[in-house]
Amino acid sequence: MPTLDDPFNLDARLQGKVLEARSFLGEPVVILSPAGLLESFRSLKEDPELDFNFLMDLTVVDYLGKKSPRFEVVYHLYSHGHNHRLRVKVPLSEESPEVTSLTPLWNAADWLEREAWDMFGIRFIGHPDLRRILLYEEFQGHPLRKDYPVNQCQPRVPERDVKGTFVDEASKTKLLQLQQKWTAKT
Amino acid sequence: MDREDLNPAQRAGVAMEAETSDLSSETMELQMGPSHPATHGTIKFNLRLDGERILACDTEVGYLHRGFAKSCEQATWTQVFPYTDRLNYASPLINNVGYALAVEKLIGVETPPRCQYIRLIMSELSRVHDHLTCCAMAASELGAITAGFYMMEAREHLMRIIEAVTGARLTVTYARIGGVKHDFPRDFSNAVSEAFQFVRRILMDCDRLISRNRIFIDRLSGIGVLSKEQAVSYGLTGPMLRSTGVSYDVRKAQPYLVYDQLEFEIPLGTHGDNYDRFICRIQEIEQSMRLVEQALKSMPLGAISIEDTRVVLPPKEKVYNSIEGLMHHFKIIIEGIHVPPGEVYQAVEGANGELGFYIVSDGGGKPYRLRVRPPSFIAMAAFREMIQGHMLADIIPTFGMINMIGGECDR
Repeated sequence: MPTLDDPFNLDARLQGKVLEARSFLGEPVVILSPAGLLESFRSLKEDPELDFNFLMDLTVVDYLGKKSPRFEVVYHLYSHGHNHRLRVKVPLSEESPEVTSLTPLWNAADWLEREAWDMFGIRFIGHPDLRRILLYEEFQGHPLRKDYPVNQCQPRVPERDVKGTFVDEASKTKLLQLQQKWTAKT
Repeated sequence: MDREDLNPAQRAGVAMEAETSDLSSETMELQMGPSHPATHGTIKFNLRLDGERILACDTEVGYLHRGFAKSCEQATWTQVFPYTDRLNYASPLINNVGYALAVEKLIGVETPPRCQYIRLIMSELSRVHDHLTCCAMAASELGAITAGFYMMEAREHLMRIIEAVTGARLTVTYARIGGVKHDFPRDFSNAVSEAFQFVRRILMDCDRLISRNRIFIDRLSGIGVLSKEQAVSYGLTGPMLRSTGVSYDVRKAQPYLVYDQLEFEIPLGTHGDNYDRFICRIQEIEQSMRLVEQALKSMPLGAISIEDTRVVLPPKEKVYNSIEGLMHHFKIIIEGIHVPPGEVYQAVEGANGELGFYIVSDGGGKPYRLRVRPPSFIAMAAFREMIQGHMLADIIPTFGMINMIGGECDR
């Protein structure tokens, strides 16, 4: 692939994983292939000359009907030591919107990936707890996808069982057991 | 221990322990919030407790989610400003400025110097306002109502200035792409210096009341500790990061507006606990006031917005008296500003940390994708780690010092 402008020399550093590297408005951008993503990010983080120790942001853009593959996961990295930034983009196809989770490298990835799953339905392989975060579990669809209509209604959700508080069955039986224990003592 | 050495209260405790040794020591699950006054109505903690000690905490956010990004995709570039007001509603001007800077970078225009100074001054006033709100709320939630009310009164003085400039207290919508809505009112400098005098007096009072108050320090210090490495790994920024001793401030690291021409310092903490966060915020108030005073002195005269009629609305005389003016006006109102295709990430230093706007444009009159990097959402992810092993009551100061703003966290 042609390399237009690669200020960090990423093409040589991440052999074969860089699909494209360029700068736009003075912001370096690199497009990486989804294969071996964790290793690519590990070298971005641990290479002393790059030293991207902050995962500042993680988001997704849905290019429905504009680009193929449809999704792009966008990572914003920042190096505190060198004071430079990098935008990493990973294209994902509509059929299998799956990408490796970065939770082993940055704790910040935890909630950001949950949000990306919630809003775009991108699955992060290896994420310890991939649940919805801003919406509720019963929500149907992923609202920031371009094919989710802005005036879409959601079905009414039945009231959830509350576990663990003093209103459920488990606690009632526990309280009964305790009462029996106390009465047996006296 | 010999019972004779104990004071009456301890003796009662020992007696109680002896009598109630069969009390259940199982863990208990407790749901705190969202309708809890200290959780601002927008957050829920699912806690697993051993007595009063927190074993695990699962934080639920999203109670104030209203689809900010989806709404922005339906609005023209200018219509997004009111939505940004509602992100961090304790400092809406910083959100306005951040978004305007991002779009201007994409269009490739630079605002006149006076506009940059105005934006800087208004951002710093908002920062003072935001920090005062945070400290006041945190103090009053801990029972220091007097100090809380004092700081709220100081905040009111700033609020009046913001109201005089923008016409609104909360929903300011002051910045525009290519400039600001209008210039400062007359006597602005005097109003600011009077308000700052008041804020400084209040801060001195509060320093005596709470900053060195034994009870307050005991409640805050050593609670919610994060190490440097943890803070960096969680991507924390702002006072949360600086309290651990990492000196990162977007205003210094990658200066925007005219921050590189003014002098200010970045207050740093050492322990990374709640008390350091509190002190960092209090000291940042002073630095922000310093910035405003310098900027007011060196502010040039001149235009407050660019004159490109494809970006900013033409003056009303032109709209009513010339066909070109009328056409430009209609074009901007109906179609929206045409922003060239591309993408941009612009970070500004919000009151809670790095506030980033990632914008993708497809060349139309509306943003194709608008993403905000919300500092308090990212800080809430670290809450679990900060609170583990502490007491139930420690949730309140720890949460207060994160300064989670629902509008920004949940978007």
